[in-house]
Amino acid sequence: MLRFATLRLGRAAITIALVVTFAFVVLRLSGDPALIILGPEAPPEAIAAFRKSWGLDASIFVQYVDYFGAILRGDLGRSMRDGRPAILLVAERIPATLALTLPALAIKIGIGVPAGIYAALHRGGPVDRLVMMLAVAGFTVPSFVLGLTLVLIFSVQLGWLPSGGQESWRHAILPVVTLGTGGAAILARFTRSAMLEVLGQPYIRTASAKGVAWRAVVTGHALPNAAIPTVTMVGFMVGSLIAGAVVVESVFSWPGVGRLLVVAVANRDLAVVQCILLLVAGTMVASNLIVDFLYGLLDPRLRAGGRAGAH
Amino acid sequence: MSGLDLARDAAPLVAIRDLAVRFNGVPALRGVDLHVARGEAVGLVGESGSGKSVTWLAALGLLPGSAAISGSVTLEGTQLLGAPAEILDRTRGGRVAMIFQDPASALNPVLTIGRQIGEALALHRGLSGRENAAEARRLLELVGIPDAGRRLSAYPHEFSGGQNQRVMIAMALAGGPDLLVADEPTTALDATIQSQILNLIGEIRRETGMALVLISHDLGVVAETCDRIAVMYAGRIVEEAPADQLFLAPRHPYTRGLIGALPPIEGARRRLVAIPGTVPDPRAMPPGCAFAPRCTQAHAACDRIAPALEIIGPGRRVACLAETAGRGSAPTEVAAE
Repeated sequence: MLRFATLRLGRAAITIALVVTFAFVVLRLSGDPALIILGPEAPPEAIAAFRKSWGLDASIFVQYVDYFGAILRGDLGRSMRDGRPAILLVAERIPATLALTLPALAIKIGIGVPAGIYAALHRGGPVDRLVMMLAVAGFTVPSFVLGLTLVLIFSVQLGWLPSGGQESWRHAILPVVTLGTGGAAILARFTRSAMLEVLGQPYIRTASAKGVAWRAVVTGHALPNAAIPTVTMVGFMVGSLIAGAVVVESVFSWPGVGRLLVVAVANRDLAVVQCILLLVAGTMVASNLIVDFLYGLLDPRLRAGGRAGAH
Repeated sequence: MSGLDLARDAAPLVAIRDLAVRFNGVPALRGVDLHVARGEAVGLVGESGSGKSVTWLAALGLLPGSAAISGSVTLEGTQLLGAPAEILDRTRGGRVAMIFQDPASALNPVLTIGRQIGEALALHRGLSGRENAAEARRLLELVGIPDAGRRLSAYPHEFSGGQNQRVMIAMALAGGPDLLVADEPTTALDATIQSQILNLIGEIRRETGMALVLISHDLGVVAETCDRIAVMYAGRIVEEAPADQLFLAPRHPYTRGLIGALPPIEGARRRLVAIPGTVPDPRAMPPGCAFAPRCTQAHAACDRIAPALEIIGPGRRVACLAETAGRGSAPTEVAAE
């Protein structure tokens, strides 16, 4: 068990280190922050001073080592744009993002899972076909297209809801629906196929053959098994609570972490981008660990330290 | 094996009449007639795809909704085909229990075996709590699982294949059924475990008097265990006889082929004879006898006329024009079912 945990934590650390390195390389090679922040017309002395004050005059390797060392010490750096600690900048945006992604997650699970189960149980029926059609539409239509379409209908044509901003809860409705629909569609498809897979298993026939009523076969025998793959998908969605709304936040001018990321990348505001990426990688890794733990609960075959088998 | 005819004359426990099944228009069963008397052991033999399993899955309403089923299946007079769910749920496990080929995948991987056995006990015997656990433990001991009390909280993956089949048997016994349908119960197990499982089923039958339908592609397995054997080919029963007679004097050319393909246990080693050809495609059944294209004794009429399953002696039926017409007795004699 200890070895398992150590292994998993080690892998998580490597994942995060790779993310940090990758972001550093891409951002530093794609543009000079001094030029972007000060503008191309800035005097060369100002640019040199800016570079010196942010350590951009050292070799890229030295910058990388310095940067990595700082992260290990818990120092995530300051925004090059307004000089405040990057972590503060990011932290104050988190509530706004969660205000979109948490209700959206509720929609995804609340609609996607039951729809998938129902479709699987009524395979080939009209509801199944409708769910599958919506599911395909839901994840082939990009979220910005869906978002803009909703704005066209409900803001421009009907005038019912605001098209952007964060002034009231009504401003959240369209972005939440946009985020939730696609995820619900993916989850419905995923749950449906997991359910169909399980319903075709011999142990489902065994349960029926011993006289278990169909409803109890579904709830007592099929669902616990279908939950295993579905939990993976939900875990993935939980992992993207922080970073999953980049496009939608941009479409609806919602001042969340996603918007901050877009602006920070455009400005080559290295510390802020790195901080967001760390946060994203961290939530992903954490949700993966939770999924692994849930696997153990759901599937006795994966339970570490189980009883000795009789093989 | 005396008393067999008596058993057949008495009201049967299960009577299957003219049972036919189609999957998306493709016939899987083409009119099966089979009776099982109380306490009797019937073997159902045939190649895979001949309809052995489908017969019993259809009888218990365990086929998917896409299967078109016709005919009649009665359990002591109660019609099971198209019966309401409550009747089927009470029958399954309570009156007729079924065990399957691959015990590892036939048990739910995420539930303890105690819970899986206990579920049947709760459904059919109304047991709960401590009583339920005690009875589950007794059943597990009965089927020969050592350390039964502790093993109730184990999961199927913690058992071997043979042990899982024992668990399946314990689960099947939980409802106190009148009939156990064992669908290839030993096919996935190795030879020594095979005979242990067959012996266990035999012992339980002696103790409980429960009837048995043993479905197998293996004539040898069925011969050891059953009083009466029905041979299936391409969705029909082609021959039915008391076990000893079937081996001494098989009448259908297909049965003769099957027996010819068995290695002799005693005497000189001889070359095993395979049946030439393959099973007909169910989408393109020959108009006459389904076995005619592979039959060494087929004549012109066999390609045109599908033979009925006719009585040719006490407890014996065969569906073969050469056998029924060639005997010189009335060729129009029809099974008086």
